Amino acid sequence: MTSMNTSALLQPPPAGYTGYVDEEHHHDYTGDTLLGFWIYIMSDCILFASLFATYAVLSTGFAGGLTPKDLFDLNFVAVETALLLLSSFTFGMAMLGAQQKSMTVLLSWLGVTFALGGGFLAMELYEFYHFSHEGAGPTSSAYWSAFYALVGTHGLHVFAGMLWMIVLLVHLLKDGITVTNHTRLACLSMFWHFLDVIWICVFSLVYLMGVM
Amino acid sequence: MATSTHGGAAHGSVKEYVWGLVFSIVLTVIPFAMVMNGGFDNGLTLLIILLCAIAQVFVQLVFFLHMNTSSEQIWNTVSAVFIVLIVAIVVLGSIWIMNHLNHNMLMGH
Repeated sequence: MTSMNTSALLQPPPAGYTGYVDEEHHHDYTGDTLLGFWIYIMSDCILFASLFATYAVLSTGFAGGLTPKDLFDLNFVAVETALLLLSSFTFGMAMLGAQQKSMTVLLSWLGVTFALGGGFLAMELYEFYHFSHEGAGPTSSAYWSAFYALVGTHGLHVFAGMLWMIVLLVHLLKDGITVTNHTRLACLSMFWHFLDVIWICVFSLVYLMGVM
Repeated sequence: MATSTHGGAAHGSVKEYVWGLVFSIVLTVIPFAMVMNGGFDNGLTLLIILLCAIAQVFVQLVFFLHMNTSSEQIWNTVSAVFIVLIVAIVVLGSIWIMNHLNHNMLMGH
């Protein structure tokens, strides 16, 4: 039996076999992909949950150094929040463009989303630089280590989302709004809205409660 | 069937996204205004911040991620409910245990 199976495996594949399932089979792979990506996002929630838990536990560990009240500027955070919130909305508009099969609408809104995401990231990096310069770097105290780990991980996710947008732009320009590209876009859309949800928790639990 | 979709991928409308944005802005402005103006009781401010955050997460899930209990979306919703439970255990459990540890170690006493 074993030798038979092995020889069957060694047979060259039949003509036209690509290893991929053709789209002629009427099965909804888009739905499967999106559910799978949703499960990934849920696992990412656990990553952020552990960072939030760490932050909460270390939230009074200033080691006699600077506290959030000394450094946090809520006006600055409000602008950051506005940028990310608007980018979530503009990504929704881009998705509507994709549904209408309008490349112009899709790419314009995606461009706006990318710019807003870039603006957010630039502000966050400036904030990190400013805090470190004032004497609250990642190694200053337990509190600031937890702060940079949590907010930095969110920032890295935003960065990854922006890289993904660039990759998707290449796909879209090459193939147009195909079923596959639409699925990719829907996954990125979920990812981007998820980052907004995490930011809601960050500005509420870290910034607002930090200056209370 | 205008809103029908591939399973797991619900589609929105301009109206839905605009409402989502309006609700999000309101729920962001309220806690920010409260903390920036100050003068409110700390406990009340804390409560409002938490309520607004939870409400806004729901706004994002419903208006932007189009989560609902239709058969196409039910597994997304079920997994999200499960994750909320896990997140609650991780976060609240960590805070609870570490507070007790601090107490037993007599730190800061």
